[in-house]
Amino acid sequence: MNFEFEWNSIMFLIPSLFMFCCGVYGFLTRRNMIAILISLELMLNAVDMNFVVFNRFLYPGQLDGMFFTLFAIAIAAAETAIAIAIIINAFRISRDIDVKDLSKMKF
Amino acid sequence: MEATIPVLILAMPLLMFLFLGLFGKFLSPRVSGIIGTAGMGVVLLMCYYTAYVYFFSGSPEFINAEGNRLQAIICNVDWLQFTDNLIIRLGFLLDPISAMMLVVISTISFMVHLYSNGYMRDHHGVYERGFQRFYAFLALFSFSMLGLVVATNIFQMYIFWELVGASSYLLIGFYFTKPSAVAASKKAFIVTRFADLGFLIGILVLSYYTGTFNFTDMTSVPVAGMNDVYAVSAETATGVFNIFQSKAAAGFMGCSVMTWALVLIFMGGMGKSAMMPLHIWLPDAMEGPTPVSALIHAATMVVAGVYLVARLFPLFLVNAEFGGYALDVVTWVGAITAAYAAMVACTQLDIKRVLAFSTISQIAFMMVSLGVSREEFHNLGYMASMFHLFTHAMFKALLFLGAGALIHAVGSNDYTDMHGLRKHMPITHITFLIGCLSIAGIIPFSGFFSKDEILSSCFGNSIFAYVWMSAVAALTAFYMFRLYFLIFWWKEHKVHEGHHAPKDQPWTMTLPLIILAVVATLCGLIPFGNYVTWDGHPYDFMAHFNWTIAGISLAVAVIAILVAARMYKTENPLPAKMRQAMPRLWDWCRNRFYFDELYMFITHKIIFDKICRPIAWFDRHIIDGTMDGLATITNKASYAIRGLQSGNTQNYVWVYLIGALALGGVTVAVIFLFC
Repeated sequence: MNFEFEWNSIMFLIPSLFMFCCGVYGFLTRRNMIAILISLELMLNAVDMNFVVFNRFLYPGQLDGMFFTLFAIAIAAAETAIAIAIIINAFRISRDIDVKDLSKMKF
Repeated sequence: MEATIPVLILAMPLLMFLFLGLFGKFLSPRVSGIIGTAGMGVVLLMCYYTAYVYFFSGSPEFINAEGNRLQAIICNVDWLQFTDNLIIRLGFLLDPISAMMLVVISTISFMVHLYSNGYMRDHHGVYERGFQRFYAFLALFSFSMLGLVVATNIFQMYIFWELVGASSYLLIGFYFTKPSAVAASKKAFIVTRFADLGFLIGILVLSYYTGTFNFTDMTSVPVAGMNDVYAVSAETATGVFNIFQSKAAAGFMGCSVMTWALVLIFMGGMGKSAMMPLHIWLPDAMEGPTPVSALIHAATMVVAGVYLVARLFPLFLVNAEFGGYALDVVTWVGAITAAYAAMVACTQLDIKRVLAFSTISQIAFMMVSLGVSREEFHNLGYMASMFHLFTHAMFKALLFLGAGALIHAVGSNDYTDMHGLRKHMPITHITFLIGCLSIAGIIPFSGFFSKDEILSSCFGNSIFAYVWMSAVAALTAFYMFRLYFLIFWWKEHKVHEGHHAPKDQPWTMTLPLIILAVVATLCGLIPFGNYVTWDGHPYDFMAHFNWTIAGISLAVAVIAILVAARMYKTENPLPAKMRQAMPRLWDWCRNRFYFDELYMFITHKIIFDKICRPIAWFDRHIIDGTMDGLATITNKASYAIRGLQSGNTQNYVWVYLIGALALGGVTVAVIFLFC
């Protein structure tokens, strides 16, 4: 692992880290469920970026990380569809998508 | 011999049980009674045919060139295969005793099936409740008992042994609304099951050391000084040989392994055959319907213990040859039981109880006979025992069925309600008298011959055994004629107001009595030694008949009968005087030597109070306490931390985030510290 490689990879990893932290922050502070979903997507994309970066710099001859990213994107799309379906149903029931008000499932 | 008929002998009663048990309630009682009786009749014919083929066909399968009868396995199916060696088979073994038992069981069972058609209704011809169930259980019993006697291996015998126990339980408790019947059925089952524990351990020990379950392998004995019991090839004749060759040194508490195994197996026989001290269930088993008593508790099931000892007799004999005690145990248990039961029978009021104790005493005769049987006297005892088993089955079934007819006519088990019935019930009177003469051993009735054989073999073994058993035989004659005179003589029968005078019962009940009376009269003349001997070699006992012993036993029996006639023929104060002359003995006999109380004391005061209660305490407080404690801790802890599940999603995420960061931090720290 040479010096040049580390610098190049870190140039990509810093934005990814920034995106991830934004996602976490948004997830913890937003009340609107749509906003929470967007934060979630942000975190997922940060992770996807990491996969691509590491694949490119650590194992340049292989494509595993790339494919994993493609899978993750596809699954993220499906997951988003499900999440939105849940949110719509939650809205139908309580006329509200504030996550603080959806706390019926407890002890 | 083709396997079809032997298999059908077992399959017919089983199918009848299933048919009557499952569909009986859709049939009328009359139809199911006819079906049951007819089915048993077919089994009877098939059993007679099989026995006829075995004894008289002269086929080389059954008899060899020297005239020895052989053991023949008609069929043998692998039923459970645990390992290559441990295979449990079900099969059909024909040899002299199993063929003889087929005849006994099917005859008595058919008579009882026929008789029950009349017995299991009241005076107006209304059938008992559960009449179909009764026939189903009778068929189940017949199946189990037939399977027991034809067992090819000891495990099959054990399976059917338990099945007869179960069907006995069901039939004793037939009147399940009567608390005493329920208690009696439970008692019978528990006591015999307890004895079967010994039997099972004995089977395991024996088959572990012999390496086989099969009777044919176990009882073939290539030991020096012994005959080849049954012609078996050398490589299968390993059973006893193994015990003596490789495991001769093994022993426990002063007795060899073989003695232990045989005594434990005999314990099973003691339970089923009601030998002291495991006899307590049989008198209570009289709570069942009388035909059941005749079939199960007089003629067939209770002699299973004798049959078991006879089946393993070569092993017992080898054991005795090598100085083991197993046969002595059989003798002593038998001798004590015979005397005990005969004494108790002299004082009982209930006629079925008298007959029950008489059965115990007679089975003990058979046991003694096996116990005193030795090679030096051509094993006469073995033949005598089987002969007595045969004749006893006939005359005791006759007596029980006669007692059933009396009970049915009078409506009470107590002979004090019966006195002077000879004019009212002539057929029952004559047949009952024949049964009594037979059991007392009066020539030419069957009991005379078989009992004489037993006394001869006792005489051959030891003079003490002979005197002891002759005394018991005298007591037998006395108590049977006491019963006979008290029922049929004593004083004129008094008919209560509004009651019918007792009279002979319908033909379904009198016909079996007559047939059995004829059989009980004549079957002593069968040259039994030609058919059943321990090694299959014919033995003409009439040629060796000892007229001195016969004369003495006959004289003793006649004297006993005369004494009974003097005391009980007409109403007189002599019995009461005799009772007052020895009150202590009378009380003890009347209360069966307080055996039931002793059992109650042991089970309740010692086992329940001293053993079971502490164990129950341990279970409730220590074991349950531990489990309860764990549950309580879990419960409390859950309550304490339930606030974590707040329902607020973002709280969960906080917890998760902190946890993930902490875990990551720990991982990084570990890597830095240790790598």
